[in-house]
Amino acid sequence: MADIIGYILGKYNYWMAVVLMMIGLYAMLAKKNLIKKIVGMNIFQTAIILFYISIGFKKGATVPIIEHNTHVIDVAKYANPLPHVLMLTAIVVAVSTFGVALALAVRVYQEHGTLEENEILSELQE
Amino acid sequence: MRYIALIVVLLSGLVLLYTEKDLPPWGDPNSPASLHVSPKYLRDSLQETAVPNVVTSVLADYRGYDTMFETTVIFCAGLACFVLLRVFKVERKEAHYRHKATGLIIHVKVPNLLDNSSEFERVDTMWVPHDLILKTMCRFLIPFIQLFALYVVAHGHHSPGGGFQGGVILGASIILLSISFDLRTGLERVNERSISLMSATGVFVFTGIGAICLFLGSQFLNYGILSKILGVDPVMSRSWGIFGVEVGVAITVMAVMIGIYNYISSEGKLDEGL
Repeated sequence: MADIIGYILGKYNYWMAVVLMMIGLYAMLAKKNLIKKIVGMNIFQTAIILFYISIGFKKGATVPIIEHNTHVIDVAKYANPLPHVLMLTAIVVAVSTFGVALALAVRVYQEHGTLEENEILSELQE
Repeated sequence: MRYIALIVVLLSGLVLLYTEKDLPPWGDPNSPASLHVSPKYLRDSLQETAVPNVVTSVLADYRGYDTMFETTVIFCAGLACFVLLRVFKVERKEAHYRHKATGLIIHVKVPNLLDNSSEFERVDTMWVPHDLILKTMCRFLIPFIQLFALYVVAHGHHSPGGGFQGGVILGASIILLSISFDLRTGLERVNERSISLMSATGVFVFTGIGAICLFLGSQFLNYGILSKILGVDPVMSRSWGIFGVEVGVAITVMAVMIGIYNYISSEGKLDEGL
């Protein structure tokens, strides 16, 4: 039992990312409202961002900004900068996709007067 | 449908949790992600680019192409919102005005009747009561937010920050103005023409700096060659090149954030916002 708890606690960052990803995926698949689907997509992106950031973490390390007048740089003292860079751009792309998705939702609402998927479908079949 | 979705979600979650046993533990300094190129960045960044913040130097120098196209993606998002939502023919059938002295709201069936009156000011159709405290607080806050944003852009070499973050804060300050007053006040400060111009200018600055490097006889986005025109040594000119690129990113991000807000909140009509 102690082994299992230690196993979970040793990797709880992945559990959190997977749970968030499942919430986002469920919202995208099962929700009928388009805005809820878009928010689900955003939760999914957040899960991926958390996953990457947790990979870059090192125990006892600080932010990857080199102190002045350091001659020998101990790599283990600084967090991995690469996931931070990748996620910095990913956050901005997430905002952009969120904006475009909302713009599309506004257009759908202007055309159909509703954001519920089944109502739009039944209107299209008429 | 809901149960199928639940099963799919649980299955994919289980598969991901199963792969977890091969992943390194939380906070392991010897995880594979930290062993390949990241030690090189951490060791060499300060000597090669004179930028202590490794995230900035990797973002704008080592992975300059990535960031350039990321900026283009944001520009395209702004363009997509414009194409999807913008309508130019807006027919106003009525208007609401607030009498400045008494705060009374009047509803006029003739559009543009009192637009030039000094006693009345136009309010949105979904008007809210005039809130002096809110507006005064926002008017005091916005300059400091903008100053902080410029600090974040300019000081991205030495502290957490850079073009993306600073640009978003700058955009947020104008969006705060549009929310606390109304959309027309925000558009008076930053109008649609300057939003379009600025979102293109940022991408142009970024690619322009890369092209200058090309014309000076080096690779695209290899800022070291800028030492020929900047008059500093190649390492310092990398630092300046990164700064120029970050300013370009900040301009684009700011303009696109304001643009997306304006188009979505007014459904592309740009007359009445939230």
